[in-house]
Amino acid sequence: MKDIAIIGYGQTKFGELWESSFRELLVDSGVKAIENAKVDGDDIDAMYVGTMSGGLFVGQEHTASLIADYAGLNPIPCTRVEAACASGSLALRSACMSIAAGQHDVVLVGGVEKMTDVADPTGAIATASDQEWEAFVGATFPSLYAMMAKRYMYEYGLTLEQLSTWSSIAHENAVNNKYAQFRSKVSVEQVMGASPVADPLTLLHCSPVSDGAASMIVCDADKATDYADKDDIIYIKAFTQASDTIALHDRPNMTTLEAAKVASNYAYKMAGVGADKIDVAEVHDCFAINGLVLTEDLGFCKKGTAGKFIEEGNTRIDNDKFVTINPSGGLKAAGHALGATGIRQVGELYWQLKQDKECKDRQSAINNGYGIAANVGGTGGTVCTHLLSVNR
Amino acid sequence: MVVRTWRHMQERYNLIGKKCKTCGNVYFPSRKVCPECRRKGEMEDIQLSGKGTVYTYSIVRAPPKDFEKNSPYIVGIIDLEEGTKITGQIDCDLDKIEIGMPVQTEFRKIKEDGKSGVISYGYKFVPTSH
Ligand SMILES: [Zn+2]
Repeated sequence: MKDIAIIGYGQTKFGELWESSFRELLVDSGVKAIENAKVDGDDIDAMYVGTMSGGLFVGQEHTASLIADYAGLNPIPCTRVEAACASGSLALRSACMSIAAGQHDVVLVGGVEKMTDVADPTGAIATASDQEWEAFVGATFPSLYAMMAKRYMYEYGLTLEQLSTWSSIAHENAVNNKYAQFRSKVSVEQVMGASPVADPLTLLHCSPVSDGAASMIVCDADKATDYADKDDIIYIKAFTQASDTIALHDRPNMTTLEAAKVASNYAYKMAGVGADKIDVAEVHDCFAINGLVLTEDLGFCKKGTAGKFIEEGNTRIDNDKFVTINPSGGLKAAGHALGATGIRQVGELYWQLKQDKECKDRQSAINNGYGIAANVGGTGGTVCTHLLSVNR
Repeated sequence: MVVRTWRHMQERYNLIGKKCKTCGNVYFPSRKVCPECRRKGEMEDIQLSGKGTVYTYSIVRAPPKDFEKNSPYIVGIIDLEEGTKITGQIDCDLDKIEIGMPVQTEFRKIKEDGKSGVISYGYKFVPTSH
């Protein structure tokens, strides 16, 4: 199997981007990634695009062809990949597999979602849950995560303050991210006092509705130095994926995401490193509870202790002992443009690991040279992880 | 959407699930393949009692369009006596709901698709002491 390198990354701002269309967003981020990687359009062999639901959000399917066309990349093969909110990292994983197999050398991976053109984004997002047996009876997407939170609180004594600390730290980190949707601090009290969405979750426990795109150039590691300087190359050591039941009620345990455990364990094995060697992580916090659960499922602290672990500040950017989690501000504050999120997470790790100027005011200490991203589709029906290293 | 509603009547109206004769696991909604036994599993219909306890719940205060009239309402995951879990609304006082509370299904209207649209029926849960 061939080794895989990231040689360039670019993203748009995440937020309510009224001026930009679906196709413009992805082309903007794609051009940035191509320039960043110092490749030419002619060097690109294939393209993979992650997007959850062009059909519902902007009434457009056949997005692979649309993107290849507007990116000016015809006739290279372009494939659209869908796994709800994990669409972006699944596109990246597809690109990695195609390079690993020797099919392509240089691949453009894009993720995009245009969510603010639709009148009922909540209804569109609900399609990531089981339509017939969850959404039908009135279970909204936030309420499914709220039910995880309620059960978690019941089993482990997680407090609302601890849960809310997650959001407060996320907003603090996003202040130094110019691409973030929210760049204002919020206190734990403000999170708890925000308008209720689905008890115990308030609006400030939830990620926003966002427009945005992120793109990355991945490449056969043997050819990476043909394009990029040595210092601008980061390696993808593992690209893994696991599935779970689509409906939350079919799981024996709702305080953990089994697919995240399986995918991350496999990633650690594939890369030959343990969770204790990870310097920086980007985890999927579409709702604050998910961030806490993933902190445990990825092995950064023991089951049931994430509330205390976060509250003690162990995952803050300035901590010197443990992993830094979501220096970007995460989905909560940086924004969550569904199909783009998985690529944005890995893009943040790329910047963090090579200590890029793009993250200079939120730089995690890089001691061992490893980062991991976990991207969740739906309520955990799909989880993808990517483990990055500064060394090949 | 209309056909989709008809297709699920047995399950939604009568709470018919599936039991795997091979491993004894009970499933709702119905499945063709037992995730435990796969091809070795043999599935048969089972009538569920609709009795169970609240495993977890949430109070929905930002409802989707179809449920705006009911808001706020309780949605929960119920641990049924037969050993499967199921998502549904729980009809009880907002401040009475708690994990572990015994509940029982009742046949109710679930939603209406607009003024002249299809009315969907199904199960809701009520406290058994009720
Ligand atoms: Zn079976």
